[in-house]
Amino acid sequence: MQSRLPIIVFAAVMAAIPFVPGMPPFWIVLLDNIGLAALVAMGLVLLTGVGGLTSFGQAAFVGFGAYTTAVLSTAYGLSPWLTLPLSLVVSGSLAVLLGLITVRLSGHYLPLGTLAWGLGLFYLFSKLEFLGRNDGISAIPPLSIGSFKMLSPGSIYYAIWVAVILSALLTMNLLDSRTGRAIRALRRGHVAAEAFGVHTPRAKLLVFIHAAVLAGLSGWLYAHLQRAVNPTPFGAHMGIEYLFIAVVGGAGYVWGGVLGAAIVVVLKEVLQSYLPLILPGSGQVETIVFGIMLVALLQLAPGGLWPWLMSFLPERTSGRKPDTSLKLEHRARAPAETGVLLQVEKARKQFGGVVAVNNVSFDVKAREIVALIGPNGAGKSTTFNLITGVLSATSGSISVLGRKVDNAPPQEIVKLGISRTFQHVKLVPDMTVLENVAIGAHLRGHSGPISSMLRLDRTDEAKLLAEAARQIERVGLTEQMHQLAGSLSLGQQRIVEIARALCVDPMLLLLDEPAAGLRHMEKQRLATLLRELRDGGMSVLLVEHDMGFVMNLADRIVVLDFGTKIAEGTPATIKSNPEVIKAYLGVAA
Amino acid sequence: MNTTIMLFLVQDGITNGAIYALLGLALVLVFAVTRVILIPQGEFVTYGALTYASLAAGQMPGTAKLALALGIGAFGFDLFVARKALHARLIVRSLITNVVLPAIVLALTLYFAAQKPPVAVCIALSLVIVAMIGLYLYRIAFQPLAHTSVLVLLIASVGVHLALQGLGLLFFGAEGQRGPTVLSGAFTAGALRFTGQSITVYAITIAFIVGLWLFFGLTLYGKALRATAVNRLGARLAGIRTTLSGQIAFLLASVIGALSGILIVPITTLYYDSGFLIGLKGFVAAIIGGLVSYPLTAVAALVVGIVEAFSSFYASNYKEVIVFMLLIPVLLLRSLAAPAVEEEKD
Repeated sequence: MQSRLPIIVFAAVMAAIPFVPGMPPFWIVLLDNIGLAALVAMGLVLLTGVGGLTSFGQAAFVGFGAYTTAVLSTAYGLSPWLTLPLSLVVSGSLAVLLGLITVRLSGHYLPLGTLAWGLGLFYLFSKLEFLGRNDGISAIPPLSIGSFKMLSPGSIYYAIWVAVILSALLTMNLLDSRTGRAIRALRRGHVAAEAFGVHTPRAKLLVFIHAAVLAGLSGWLYAHLQRAVNPTPFGAHMGIEYLFIAVVGGAGYVWGGVLGAAIVVVLKEVLQSYLPLILPGSGQVETIVFGIMLVALLQLAPGGLWPWLMSFLPERTSGRKPDTSLKLEHRARAPAETGVLLQVEKARKQFGGVVAVNNVSFDVKAREIVALIGPNGAGKSTTFNLITGVLSATSGSISVLGRKVDNAPPQEIVKLGISRTFQHVKLVPDMTVLENVAIGAHLRGHSGPISSMLRLDRTDEAKLLAEAARQIERVGLTEQMHQLAGSLSLGQQRIVEIARALCVDPMLLLLDEPAAGLRHMEKQRLATLLRELRDGGMSVLLVEHDMGFVMNLADRIVVLDFGTKIAEGTPATIKSNPEVIKAYLGVAA
Repeated sequence: MNTTIMLFLVQDGITNGAIYALLGLALVLVFAVTRVILIPQGEFVTYGALTYASLAAGQMPGTAKLALALGIGAFGFDLFVARKALHARLIVRSLITNVVLPAIVLALTLYFAAQKPPVAVCIALSLVIVAMIGLYLYRIAFQPLAHTSVLVLLIASVGVHLALQGLGLLFFGAEGQRGPTVLSGAFTAGALRFTGQSITVYAITIAFIVGLWLFFGLTLYGKALRATAVNRLGARLAGIRTTLSGQIAFLLASVIGALSGILIVPITTLYYDSGFLIGLKGFVAAIIGGLVSYPLTAVAALVVGIVEAFSSFYASNYKEVIVFMLLIPVLLLRSLAAPAVEEEKD
């Protein structure tokens, strides 16, 4: 996706810095600190900026990494290189433990929860005997290669920045992949991602672990840079500071984390060393100024500095069209997708005392377009949610190809070949149309996070993108393929949702008001597309208010009113059904 | 276990818990209305407490000057925002609330500080000073960010906390202070000794809870605040000025914070940075209360206070660990009962 050139230049510049003649050694120390903070902030970018999970507890994971290597390399004399994987494993597995508890928390519980265990762990660090209590652990051996010991800040500099650049690359690779798209969809809520088979709690846990491992890496480096650890740098204040490093830099961008770290570390240093000269006096003048500058910065650039800087660069409208000749394997199909595909029997959904769907029965057969119509509040979207597993039915049964699927989660329903669109468009606005549509093919890819980070997923990935491009072409949005989904008109966004649903390779397509917001010509094109799909062997169940559109398209119509089915039949019989006319017009005509 | 000790611990826990309850209520209130997680709540506590203690000791608290400085800043923000349509009424109104008022309070503080004023005057002045600081802070730091995400507001809140804490050191020095009791005297009931101070704590906490309940249930402003909390846009469309709701929320929060501070500073020595931890414990209560429910928050705060009292007796080393880890089972329960609702964020 992104060109590698800037990164190579950046790496070269960073490699050259220690060789600049007259470079003050203190600057190298600052750069070391920037690198350490950048690692943690990068994890937070993924966790908070991309995944939408705010964590105050990252400092605790830095602590896990640092204390693991401190204990093992002093008390047990292990080589620091041996403790590296152990530090990462300790941070990672504790992330699993804490993550299982916290990532399922919604909204503001999550940051507060992380704040709470962050604080608790800090006090634990400072009280445990084997961690040296408040004094911590000293005399940690330095990193060494052969007889070369990284004793000075200048020698560990390379270890730190190699870690930073490698982590940035791996993180960006992860984001630009099948797993990455699932992660990027998290911030927009669960329902859409789950409808295409993304296991959202697992995806959240994954980013949580990723961020914790990066923090652990930073802690490991920190321990061998300082050669001593104590609880102070792992407290709540640092947890908060890491978070604002990410926000100041631009929480949605990997390099924003690095930029934020540079700004915050340098700013603090400058304030600490120069402010007392200007404003002599007691106390923490630098904290005051720092706090004020932070608020001012947020008011000027609430999105962070990285996107603000990037907006000065010429916009790149790159993005190659994927090679659509690559074929993606079809979804594993049931042996006979013929006869009755979907059977809804006496489905009932109650919200407290309200009966939203009242014992509704109907079916959808193979190669059929069925329309579900009814006045507003008739229970059409609720019926969709029952079928797709977003809601579980109070009673009644829903079967697919004769097999009952009651209360199966959405991820299971989509595996059966039922895909859907939403009445209120649920796309990820800051992802391109292509990437949004590719989420639809999530279950047809196989690459996991590790292979994505290492770029072993490229053939799989190319096939997924090719399939997405084919479906975009099919619905007629090829020109918008590389635009951000949020920049499209509402009507076009609905079409993007259809393309995404088609990427599932479904046998049954559920469309919730697909024609709303479309112009006349677009509606006709949509009708043609749906007929083609039916003739190609797919069935369609749609909710729609545009009667002209429905009457011309549907093979069969089911009419709901106040949650109850009042009629079913061909368009012609429905048009003259007195019950239906009464439901719509209020009086018998 | 000795019953006397247990009763004593429970009593101690309830006194602290009552303070946490007040802070928890304020946090819930501010979050619900403005989406700001008010980390500086702790600074309102220390500012209130230390302003009160300084005044009582006959010293001039720097917070009065800060109020005037922030007020001038708020006035500047008001003028800047309204620069396209300035008219005299607006300028005068803003000038009075943001500059004249704190100037008068500063003058009063200067006058009284010189002559060791009575407790009631100290309390009144401290409350007014901190209330103004809260109000102007909202205007300067949070109102311009009102449209941004919870995360950005949170980071701004951290920034404000850092600045206020640094100023706290500047105003009050690194040494801790204690203030005079609000209500002296004591009586014993069985084995327990009730001081006038702890009775005051209970009474004021209960009064505040009832007061808030009445305010939100019965008054138009209270209902406007609730409406803002539920749906900002909807409230605006219904003609509620959401900035006014934010100002009221911050005003209430700072008053509650300052009051809590004044109530505890006679019991424990407070330092310029003590507020953070106290505020966080109010937080724990607020989270247990789900950030939405006032009665639940109050009950949770009492539990936090009691757990803290017991753990400081039995495992004082792990007191903070236990208090903050108290959240984990609560969070576990919450995640088991996780609502299946769709959240539309941003």
